[in-house]
Amino acid sequence: MIGIIGGTVFDPLNKIDGQVKDLWIKDGKIVPIEEINQSKAQIIDVRGQVVMPGGVDIHSHIAGAKVNAGRKLCPEDSKRLLRYRSGDFRSGSGYTVPSTSLTGYLYSEMGYTTVMEAAAAPLVARHTHEELEDIPNIDNGAFLTMGNNHFLMKCIQDKEMGKARDYVSWLLDAGKGFAIKIVNPGGVENWKYGKNVQTLDDKVIGFGVTPRQILKTLATISEELKLPHPVHVHGLCLGQSGSVDITIETMELMEELNAHFCHLHFLSYSGKRGGFPRSGAAKVAQTVNESPSITIDVGQIIFGPATTMTSDGPVQYNLSQKLGAKWVNDDLESESGGGIVPLVYKRSNPLHAIMWLTGLEIFLLVDDPWKVFLTTDHPNAGPFLGYPEVIRLLMDKDFRAEKFEKIPKKAKKGCLLPELNREYSLYEIAIITRAGPARRLGLKNKGHLGIGADADITVYSRAENKEEMFAHPSRVLKDGNIVVIDGQLVKEQKGRTLYVSPGYDKNIEKYIREHFKESYTISFDNYYIEAQHLGISEKLNCI
Amino acid sequence: MSTTMENVICKFCGCLCDDIIVEVEDNRILKTKRACSNGRGMFLDYDPSFQKPLIDGKQVEWDEAVSVCADILNKADSPLIYGLSSTSTEAQRKAVELADLLGAVIDSTSSVCHFPTVLAFQRTGEVTCTLGEVKNRADLLIFWGCNPMVSHIRHFTRYSAKAKGTLTPGGRKDRTIVVVDVRETPSSKTADMFLQIDSGTDYEVLTTLRALVQEKELEPGAGHIVSEELKELARMMKTCNYGVVFFGMGLTMTSGRSYNVSELFTLAAELNRFNRFSVMPMRGHGNVAGADNVLTWLSGYPSAVSFARGFPQIGPGEFTSVDMLARHEADAALIIASDPMAHFPHGAVEHLRHIPFILMAPMTNCSTKTAKVFLPTACCGIDVPGTAYRMDNVPLRLRAVLASEKPTDEEILSRIIKEVIK
Repeated sequence: MIGIIGGTVFDPLNKIDGQVKDLWIKDGKIVPIEEINQSKAQIIDVRGQVVMPGGVDIHSHIAGAKVNAGRKLCPEDSKRLLRYRSGDFRSGSGYTVPSTSLTGYLYSEMGYTTVMEAAAAPLVARHTHEELEDIPNIDNGAFLTMGNNHFLMKCIQDKEMGKARDYVSWLLDAGKGFAIKIVNPGGVENWKYGKNVQTLDDKVIGFGVTPRQILKTLATISEELKLPHPVHVHGLCLGQSGSVDITIETMELMEELNAHFCHLHFLSYSGKRGGFPRSGAAKVAQTVNESPSITIDVGQIIFGPATTMTSDGPVQYNLSQKLGAKWVNDDLESESGGGIVPLVYKRSNPLHAIMWLTGLEIFLLVDDPWKVFLTTDHPNAGPFLGYPEVIRLLMDKDFRAEKFEKIPKKAKKGCLLPELNREYSLYEIAIITRAGPARRLGLKNKGHLGIGADADITVYSRAENKEEMFAHPSRVLKDGNIVVIDGQLVKEQKGRTLYVSPGYDKNIEKYIREHFKESYTISFDNYYIEAQHLGISEKLNCI
Repeated sequence: MSTTMENVICKFCGCLCDDIIVEVEDNRILKTKRACSNGRGMFLDYDPSFQKPLIDGKQVEWDEAVSVCADILNKADSPLIYGLSSTSTEAQRKAVELADLLGAVIDSTSSVCHFPTVLAFQRTGEVTCTLGEVKNRADLLIFWGCNPMVSHIRHFTRYSAKAKGTLTPGGRKDRTIVVVDVRETPSSKTADMFLQIDSGTDYEVLTTLRALVQEKELEPGAGHIVSEELKELARMMKTCNYGVVFFGMGLTMTSGRSYNVSELFTLAAELNRFNRFSVMPMRGHGNVAGADNVLTWLSGYPSAVSFARGFPQIGPGEFTSVDMLARHEADAALIIASDPMAHFPHGAVEHLRHIPFILMAPMTNCSTKTAKVFLPTACCGIDVPGTAYRMDNVPLRLRAVLASEKPTDEEILSRIIKEVIK
């Protein structure tokens, strides 16, 4: 039993905005004071400090085939951040692609308690789950990539929507996934022929279906299955000038259907195709402001090293060609693909500076903080360790202006950022870093501090410099255990993997079996992941 | 009465064929169907009888064996953990935990087969795909310095040369097969084109191919080899739809080593300007790809990792097992699911004779007699289930086909970890 006493609490889901409030914890949950024997409780006096729910990351790449290939590809990254073995805590390495234990330690020391792995191809989801089990102190889940899935595209082609729904449900269950991820729908399949898709109505080779049909089908299925998190969309034309138009078109398509759009700054550039990009933040923010069912995360650029890794194979190829950088590509049978290219984002590079300011403009132009979440699409736009810096940029307009001064003239031309005087409040930061993502993920016990919530709590010492404040919380509690004191790890425990299994008509299995015989190189019976082979796991209800 | 099990996974080689039928009676494997001669041998020759651990050749109880192992490892200043590639990822994860705890060097059998591939991967990246893409799409297959007809016997029929896929319904008819090697092999005899090259010239041949593909002028003085056959091969590479190069130790362990592999990786990457092209190393042991993956996710590096300074470091030539042993730097060793006395060069074997080493393996092998402690653990994929990664990094859950009383590798490693901390 623990009491966290006298703290200034920011708990937006319960509309608590900086009130002094005590929190009581028993058996890993927040409980009313009546359930506590105060003489036996450990009292933590946090008077004058800021108390928030533990951080929730809605989109990060921390585990699985691509992340691990990134680690293997970049010994230079391992040398950027080394962790000594200390007591029972493991050693580790890696700054943009940290090893598994280190990933858990670093998130935990930054006050985060839940992180979603944003892309796992079902065929290799077993790998993702093995790594998730080895990442301590954070609860997690895996989004399964389905936007280029052969069985699904065949169902769309044959107009068999019921079959498609049963298949998606089966796939979520087989791969122990948390949500449906769509990456460049159709484009990754076309890349297997050296091509891509450029519009929502381009055809997918071999199937004749369109990105529009794939998006609509999966979004409809996600709603029908009542999944806790809607389809998680990485759209078309990522990184290209002019991508803002197709992004808005995609948002309009999904408006009635409910969708989350990830790392949006990468898809929000105006300008002519092939030309120098300009920020399309104003346009995209307007669409988000007007759409009640669309949320986004930004994927803010952090200047410095990054490791780009996406299921979007053609994007990674183009990037490697532009940079002359080392490049990994992996085509996955019947399902997906992907690539990796390491790079360094430089303040002095006008293109990188445009990417940086586009992200900040999106944060500042989306009016409702419940619609926009803090991510760096770790490690694509930079490591998650950059979150405290982004928080300072959002809360401190003078700091922002100082940083803006340092970018090249070419990038500054015609941009809105210097005119945006908005400063995020602590309440709004609590929304974009925990309450908002938790609500959007449908995690009822997370992202808030009400009775019955998981006792995942972060306490920050107030500081003028918000980067300092958010980088080193004074206390972090996970499931009611103190895991971090003064920014230092003190306890390691297993995280929980959250997954869904909405149920399906068993008859679908005979069709999937047939499909496996034709297309796969492993048998249907060796594909399904049993829950007992995950670490600690929890099935979420779809209601 | 015998029972029949289907969809059993054979972990003999990196193909991890998962369609094997195994017939079991009285807890012995009677018969296998679909397995190749290598796999059949692994299943049929397996002796499941429960054995006790041996110390200096004498039977002891497990408690005593675990305590002696912990003592050996605790006393060592420079312990080496080696092997890993024939056990499960569950055991591999425990082995890395132990290495981190001891400040040991940990290294897999990758160190003596595809370590140059790791170095090339770090240098240039790798354009690759899963075996299903090979089966369904590849119309040009090049086998370089490898001989799957002998080493990966079902590769041709299940995944590559003869496999019938969605875009290659005609199987062998729909593909062109090229073999590059220094001598004729059973594999080369089946090829449409056999490019026989001089031993030690792989790098020059690959450089020439890169120049031909880019239509650059050839300069024999710069190491280019000019031949009509190579011109034809370059043309085939540029005009196919989906090409894949499989390569083995004929490329990685001959003159040029990691530079050969980098040159191949660069060639494959460059070919993607014309069509789609991939490469894939022919991984030997059933779970060597798992060992690479586990070491990478736990330390940042796939093989030859030292925890001696309290944090992970990679050291090709420094922390690779053969080098560590030949330089007499290891003062104790834990060998997991491997047989170094049978495979390591003389200098390394000699040093192993002089240090206390622990062998953890399902059956006796050439290293058993020399080992100070022999721990007869369960065989994953036969006695117990466990996870293994195919040569294309696709993870599969190995099944148990026998009812075993033997402890698993991860159980014994966990017990050693607890005992080491005491």
